[in-house]
Amino acid sequence: MTEPVVYEISRPGRCAATIPALDVPQADLPEGLVREELPLPEVSEADLVRHYTHLSQINYAVDVGFYPLGSCTMKYNPKINEELARLPGFARLHPYQSEGMVQGALFLMYYLQEFLKEIGGFTAVSLQPAAGAHGELTGVLMIRAYHLDRGNDQRNVVLVPDSAHGTNPATTTMSGLQVVEIPSDARGNVDLEALEAACNEHGDRLAGMMLTNPNTLGLFDEHVEEITSLVHKHGGLMYGDGANMNALLGIVRPGDLGFDVLHYNLHKTFSTPHGGGGPGSGPVGASDALADFLPGPIVAIDPERSEDDAEFYTFVNPPKAIGRVKAFYGQFGVLVKAYTYIRMLGADGLRRAAEHAVLNANYLKSRVEGTYKVPHDRICMHEFVCEGHFSDVPDVHALDISKRLIDYGFHPPTNYFPLIVHEALMPEPTETESKETLDRFADALLRIAEEAHTDPNLLHRAPHNAPVGRLDEVQAAKELILRWELE
Amino acid sequence: MPYIPHSDQDRASMLATIGVRSIEELFKDVPEHARFPELDLPSALSEMEVRRELEMLAEANLTTSDCPCFLGAGAYSHFVPAVVDAILRRGEFYTAYTPYQPEVSQGTLQSIFEYQTMICNLTGMDVSNASHYDGATATAEAVITAINVHRLKRRKVVLSPFVHSEYRAVVRTYTQGMGLTLVGDEDGESRDSSVLADMLDKDTACLIVQYPDFLGRVEDLSGLAEAAHAVKALLIVVADPIALGLLKPPGEFGADVVVGEGQGMGAGLNFGGPYLGFFAIREKYVRKMAGRLVGQTVDAQGNRGFVLTLSTREQHIRREKATSNICTNQGLIALAAAVYMAALGKCGMRRVAELCYHRAHYAAQQIAKIDGFSVVDDKPFFKEFVVRCPRPVVEINDYLLDEWGIIGGYDLGQDYSRLKDHMLVCVTEMNPREEIDMLVEALEEVAS
Repeated sequence: MTEPVVYEISRPGRCAATIPALDVPQADLPEGLVREELPLPEVSEADLVRHYTHLSQINYAVDVGFYPLGSCTMKYNPKINEELARLPGFARLHPYQSEGMVQGALFLMYYLQEFLKEIGGFTAVSLQPAAGAHGELTGVLMIRAYHLDRGNDQRNVVLVPDSAHGTNPATTTMSGLQVVEIPSDARGNVDLEALEAACNEHGDRLAGMMLTNPNTLGLFDEHVEEITSLVHKHGGLMYGDGANMNALLGIVRPGDLGFDVLHYNLHKTFSTPHGGGGPGSGPVGASDALADFLPGPIVAIDPERSEDDAEFYTFVNPPKAIGRVKAFYGQFGVLVKAYTYIRMLGADGLRRAAEHAVLNANYLKSRVEGTYKVPHDRICMHEFVCEGHFSDVPDVHALDISKRLIDYGFHPPTNYFPLIVHEALMPEPTETESKETLDRFADALLRIAEEAHTDPNLLHRAPHNAPVGRLDEVQAAKELILRWELE
Repeated sequence: MPYIPHSDQDRASMLATIGVRSIEELFKDVPEHARFPELDLPSALSEMEVRRELEMLAEANLTTSDCPCFLGAGAYSHFVPAVVDAILRRGEFYTAYTPYQPEVSQGTLQSIFEYQTMICNLTGMDVSNASHYDGATATAEAVITAINVHRLKRRKVVLSPFVHSEYRAVVRTYTQGMGLTLVGDEDGESRDSSVLADMLDKDTACLIVQYPDFLGRVEDLSGLAEAAHAVKALLIVVADPIALGLLKPPGEFGADVVVGEGQGMGAGLNFGGPYLGFFAIREKYVRKMAGRLVGQTVDAQGNRGFVLTLSTREQHIRREKATSNICTNQGLIALAAAVYMAALGKCGMRRVAELCYHRAHYAAQQIAKIDGFSVVDDKPFFKEFVVRCPRPVVEINDYLLDEWGIIGGYDLGQDYSRLKDHMLVCVTEMNPREEIDMLVEALEEVAS
């Protein structure tokens, strides 16, 4: 079942849009600056709608079924969020309208900052960053700026555990700092001895550490406070990667554990949709030490323009801000959705979300761990990692199991990550899934394990009933075709 | 509890399977002194109540549909055909994630492939990636690409002062740890292209200009492209995609990278985000570029299909050696732009651009006739132009809003000391002649 490329349904003269007639005199077009060709498709509205409807029908999504993609928190995206972000009073605001015209929008941003401060245990929050990796860049640049501000130009080493998301080391390099990798111990924690050795070795060159907690094995580091104090003792600051914050809502506040800066993923933890790969939103929370370095603009109350019954909200820039990280004020439409979610759940609802996310992950783990090896036998948080591999059928791989899951109607878990687990499969069920769904998924995994032994070719050739068969990624990279061209 | 399906019975049986007595027991690794904080948040609301609260907040704002709007400066009021949101609202698109499993993500992948094709054709470039966060961050990533093309050996970047000030700020933020020298825009003063060209030398990695520039002006960039190429520097052009419906694409002038803000193509204003950074480049630099890329391939039966490709440039494979840390980008907004470009198509994109052009020129001619106001027209312009005003722009805008219910233009004095009392007026297809005439009448009142 394949759909033609939009250019293949194009016919000269068609157009799916109507455009107002010219109601002013024609001006002369600028000489030598007008284009001759505009090779865009020409389609009717009906054909266009059918084209994209067909494309949507060959896409898996949370609205279609269970999507246990580890570290991505594919929870259900409430429909009310979508409605409210589209209210004309939010959707039709120009970012440069004067503050007096947009007090409702500023109120929402102010209180979202306040909510996120409270949830994470931080002094201040900037809503500017557009995604998780963007929040990481923001946080690491803040740590760098903090050391420079104190005259410590030499502090350029960032410690990153070997279980970290690839964005952590990539961000560090992008910030002009140097990555030093720290191994994990047998229980899946940061290896404390190795950490201490690295702190001693790099001493006054230490800028800080990036830590995801729970980490990418789905485990809460049993020594988290020892880690944060060790890094602080050596003059470094702690960056928290909030990708896995869904396990911590109302359970513990990273700020209370010694993290100095952390990004939230509104598109994971706070139910805003992932959009097929964005828009996300990655606000950053900061402790006292780093609050002055947050990128502006941030919303504050202006006492001079406030009246007794009405606060006046205004944009401010923190005094030592690292500078803008994007144009305007962050992914405002996404902020509306996260605000809606937090208002609907309240403190209790957020804690229940985290609790059930963790309950679901542990339940799923318990159901499959006799069949799939779980390398770290501990209570997990919101996700866990098992090996997609059986020693008695060595040619069946995590990829085969993943593709076979598609035949059972599921999106596969994250695979081959974290890199420190052999043939890793990382399911994250989230709290919005019912016990029946988890049971169906566990049953499928157990059945696939049987198939791996009885009929491994079934797995190697999977998926069998997806819109396309297994795709040749090697050929795609070798013979680059990155745009449609008339043959 | 909203969005949680568990019954008491489910919980009990799940806990029994796990082998613990309570949910609390699952959190014993969390330091006890910090466990289960009482969060001070307002109490939960029902859907009906939350709707009421947000409707009240939304109504507290004055919007661009309540009054004529002549504000642009990087965020534009362009019409969004209903078909765009109809597609965006399909849960199959907006509740999916990055297409890591291509066999069940062909919808997302093919729509990005089509987006990449249309962006290439609009900009006149060879390769487009799947998007960046916005025009500003796409510009910053283009600079980093240019630095990487020169293997970190060139440290100078020449930046036109007429690139959006917030884009220039983001370039500085992104590159603050790289030891670069950014020149060209220091005092924000007027510099024509020859001055920028003179700054290029053998240490220059790239030259960045905007097209149309921040003041709305359009010029032939081929001279700058030649000057940049003469010292092997890259020419990066920040372009307005709506303008490219009419104007020569930067690719024809010899640009090496074309980036910009795609918001005008179907994203709406949304108080500044989510927007769309587009990024297109010459094929020879494809391995140095940042961002996700979709490529065509075949499945096991030989059918055409699409996958993410060249991921060996990216953070999840290359870690500290990646071209960027970007992973999530603006997928859904890229889809909006794709649907927009396909809906308007060859003919519609041209007609929208012409409508902007002619109406902006009509507005400029009418405003120029008002005593005390004049239009700065040293070069051709597209949909924005600079008006010299007899009074501070803030005062004029307050008057326009209070007396006429008009959202006036952008105060250029904020960015350029030389342009104190100068207003950047933006006219699009959303401003019919009556609105322009009303603005002119209002400004006549200001003048008298």
